[in-house]
Formats: sequence, C-alpha cells, structure tokens
Amino acid sequence: MSNGSGNAVRKPRARYIANAMRAFGDRAEPLVEWTIRLCGWSAILFVFSIFFFIFREAAPIFGELNWLEFFTSTQWQPSSEVHPRYGILALLVGTVSVTTLAMLVAVPLGLGAAVFISEFCTGKLKESLKILIELLAAIPSIVWGFIGYMVLGPIIIKLTGAPVGVNLLNGGLILGLMSVPIIVSVGEDALKAVPDSFREAAVSLGASRWEVVYRVLFPAAKNGLLAAVLLGVGRAIGETMAVLMCTGHAVQIPHSLLDPVRTLTATIASELGESAAGDPHYRVLFVIGLVLFAITFAVNVIADLIVKGVRNEQSR
Amino acid sequence: MSIQIDFRNLTVKYGHKFALQDVSLEIPEKRIFAIIGPANSGKTTLLKCINRTIDFVSHAKVQGRVLIDGEDVFRIRNVYELRRKVGMVFPLPVGLPLSVYENVAYAPRRAGIHDRHELDAIVEKCLRQAMLWDEVKDRLQLLGTRLSGGQQQRLTLARALSLRPEILCLDEFSIAIDPVTTMRIEDILRELKNEMTIVLVTNLVQQAHRLADYTAFFSASRLIEANRTETIFNQAAHRLTARYVAGDFG
Ligand SMILES: Nc1ncnc2c1ncn2[C@@H]1O[C@H](COP(=O)(O)OP(=O)(O)O)[C@@H](O)[C@H]1O
Ligand SMILES: [Mg+2]
Repeated sequence: MSNGSGNAVRKPRARYIANAMRAFGDRAEPLVEWTIRLCGWSAILFVFSIFFFIFREAAPIFGELNWLEFFTSTQWQPSSEVHPRYGILALLVGTVSVTTLAMLVAVPLGLGAAVFISEFCTGKLKESLKILIELLAAIPSIVWGFIGYMVLGPIIIKLTGAPVGVNLLNGGLILGLMSVPIIVSVGEDALKAVPDSFREAAVSLGASRWEVVYRVLFPAAKNGLLAAVLLGVGRAIGETMAVLMCTGHAVQIPHSLLDPVRTLTATIASELGESAAGDPHYRVLFVIGLVLFAITFAVNVIADLIVKGVRNEQSR
Repeated sequence: MSIQIDFRNLTVKYGHKFALQDVSLEIPEKRIFAIIGPANSGKTTLLKCINRTIDFVSHAKVQGRVLIDGEDVFRIRNVYELRRKVGMVFPLPVGLPLSVYENVAYAPRRAGIHDRHELDAIVEKCLRQAMLWDEVKDRLQLLGTRLSGGQQQRLTLARALSLRPEILCLDEFSIAIDPVTTMRIEDILRELKNEMTIVLVTNLVQQAHRLADYTAFFSASRLIEANRTETIFNQAAHRLTARYVAGDFG
C-alpha cells in the first residue's frame, strides 16, 4: 500500500481505493489484535480444559487409591475380582525405557539427517529428501505398528534367537524411526534460521564444514534443536498404537532389550474400552493419564531450564 | 614489487544477472588497495572470489581466473588453507556464538597453537591491534554477541588478524563504527600494510583517498579504472570516475 499515493497522482480511482483500504486497515487493526489475542488465550484454555476433564474423571478415586502401591508396585491386576491391584511401576518403567531407547535411535539419526539436508545438500536432492521426510511423517502409526510386528519382529527373532519378536527393542526401534521425521524437519528449520553470514564468517576463519556445524551452527541453533528433540520425545511418550503392537504388552520390569514391556499409553488404550465408566479401574486409567500429563509437563519445564541455564552461563 | 592477487577476465553471474563482467586487475603486495564504487557494483562479490566464499552461493557462476601468488584459487585443492591466508572483515559484525577470547583464539588454535600463554599473547595482540583490548580485557569470557555493534565490528577485525593473514580484506568496515574509532583503525591499517596486503572495499571515497596507495573504481559490475590513488582522485581517465570521487553521484 505504500506506493498507493505514488500512483494516486495519475489515477484518482486508485487513490480512492488506496484511501479506503487504509481507512479499513486503521479500523481493522484492533480487530486483528483481538483475534490474535483470542487465539492465544484459547490455546491456554484448551490445555486447561483437557487437564480439567482428565482430572474430573480421575479425582473421585484419589481418596481410595493406595498411592504408595500405585507408584512402587509392579502388580497391575485391575480386573481381579477378589483383590484388584493398581501398581504402575512396571508401566512407568516400560514407557521410560521404550522412550529412552527410541531417543537413542532418533536423536542422532534425526539431527544427523537435519544437518545433512540443511548443510550438505542443495537443489533437487535437498527438495526430494525434504519431501521424503514429510512422507515418512505422514505414515499412520498403525502402519508402523504393522511393520514392527510383521517385519522387524521376525528379523529380531532370527538375529537374536529371542523367543518373541515383539519386545522393548522392537518398540524402541519403531518408535525411534517414528520420531525421526519431526526431529529432522524442526531441526532443519532451526539450522536454516541461522544466517548465512555465520557460516561465511566461520569458513573465512578456515573452519572446515564439520567445524562450522558443531562450533557455530549447533550453538547458534541450540534452542531450535532442543525443541526438535523435545517434540521427538513428546511423540515417543505419547505414541500408543505402534507401541501396543510392537512391545509385547507384558507387565514387567524389563531386564534386557529382548524382554516384552508395556507402556502407560498402551495400557489406557487397551483397557479403557473394557472398564465400566465410573468404576475404580476406569478412574485409575485417568490417573495414569494425569501421570502422562505430568511427565510431558516435566520434560518441557526441564528443557526450558536447560535453555535458560545455557543462556545465563553465556552471559556471564 | 610483486603482484599478490591477479584477477584475469573474471566474470561472475548470479543466475542470469552479472555481478562482475570481465574484470582484470592486479593487486600488489603489501599495499593498501581500495575498491570504490556505488552500491551493487560488484565490490563484495570481488572479495568473495578472493577467499572463495562465493562457493556458498549455489546459483553463482564464475568464469576467469583469480591468481594468488600465481596460483589459481578456483583450482586450489586445500581451500581451508586459502581461507586462513585471507582475513575477512564483513560490513556488519557477525557475532559467532563464541566468547570474545574464543573468537580470537579460534584460528590460532586451529593452526596448532595450544599453549595457553602463547594464545593469551596472540589474543591480546590482536585485540590491541583492533583497538578493542582496553574495553574487553576484563570480560574476555563474555559472549561476543553481547558487545555493542561497534565493539563487535572491531572483534571481527581482531578475529581476521588472528589468522596472521597474508591478505586482509575489509568490506565497508566502518559502517557500524564511530568516526574516532574509524580513524584509529585507519592508523592501524597503515601500520599493518608492512606485514600484509590490504584490500579495502569502502563506500567512503575520502577513506580511500586518505589510506590507499592504489584505488580501483567499479560501476555496474565493471571495472572502470584502476590506478595510483593520487591519479584516480586528480586525473581520472574517465568522467564517471571523476564525478564519483567528486561526490557527484553514488
Ligand atoms: N547472493 C546473491 N544472489 C543474487 N544476486 C546477488 C547476490 N549477492 C549480490 N547480488 C547482486 O550482485 C550485484 C553485485 O552485488 P555486490 O557484489 O554485493 O555489490 P556491492 O558490494 O558493490 O554493493 C548486485 O546487483 C546484487 O544485487
Ligand atoms: Mg557490498
């Protein structure tokens, strides 16, 4: 609109339109501002209402639940007629171990691919790889579960001689591969955001391409890269269908990579349907939901603190 | 007096657009050589060919040759060595995510100097040369990007000097610096030319007049003329040059 007045000398009509648009723009300003504000608040509102909903379903059991047993027992027998037990320790360990394994796979692979695409590829290759990664991200989790169950499982049996192919290793690998695309695309964005002048300056100092990556790009893009990793962690913790199919679904603390495990999410998914609304089992599943909520929240807070800590250290 | 940098029929295109057309220019050793000309005349592109950072512009096409000490830079195998030979100061400071100390110690360390005292001495010397030492000597561990714009610019100069370059290229280095500091750095450059060849791209015609032994005038991607600075400023061969140095346009 800035050149509207330039044309106006020649075209009165153009000036009229430009003025009208400007007048509208002035009036629309507060409207736009409020719309944006509303969007921001509604995001917060949604998070709170989700939390509230889960909390409401879980709360009635708070008084009756044996919290010590809940967190420290590995006995998960929710449908026992005589003496139901709600110990989630094994499930918790299941989630943590599968997620950790997944991250051990996904972080190096994802960040490596992000660096490769962003720094070592150009033109057609770069575009094709980015499309490929997006396609990978679009594969439904049930398909990943299927791959783990039908393809990876038999391979694991053949290679290791394990009795079953669905176990911690299988779930961790599948989950890791599932988390790679998001780490790659967010990580690539973070690297792309580092101005070229940084690369030029580092290279002008005689730095090799790898040194540019780890001395300059990683520190400069660390917030974005951390966000990428966290989104990966979030994806892994929250994933349900694939882990349900690939981990073996056995309630136990794993002693090796080849032991079947069960995760918090898979437990909710598989048992919510068979529990009657309002009975203790149903409510405990919602308590597990709260635990999941707390874990993701903690992960984010910790990451925030890490980022701040790094920042403070540098400003000393 | 020997020739340090020899541009031979250098042509650079970004896509279909010429940034430099058929430029032939000889830059002598251990002198200050100024490149002047209006914006977008190709001055920065010329510098990028010297240390081959033009490689990073994927759509740039280069024809012709650039010889440094007789060796064609576009044929050179160890491009890292080339870049260490050429110190580069950019128009706007580029704060690498390193401390003040590390900014300057980085290149010497890469060159194999690990002795703490030796590094300390180099860092101090380069920061002094860049007129920055007194302002930062108590906070060497501060992140470089925390300094003011002018300080960061002098930090880039110190960083470039830390390479002990044979060639020092400065691209409109005084944009972000106050006049007093600019004058002091100009004094430093006069001293430095005993040790290295200095290519000074400047948008300040008077800076070229004050400092340079030779001056080349670029306009619209072409080299119009190059000569002793006195000649360029007093008896330019081309009217365009005369008008530009007189401040008639630009
Ligand atoms: N990376 C680039 N991609 C496309 N065109 C560029 C790029 N860098 C510079 N140019 C163009 O090349 C010409 C010369 O630019 P430059 O060498 O930066 O001139 P100067 O430093 O004299 O201002 C200009 O027209 C500019 O727009
Ligand atoms: Mg320039």
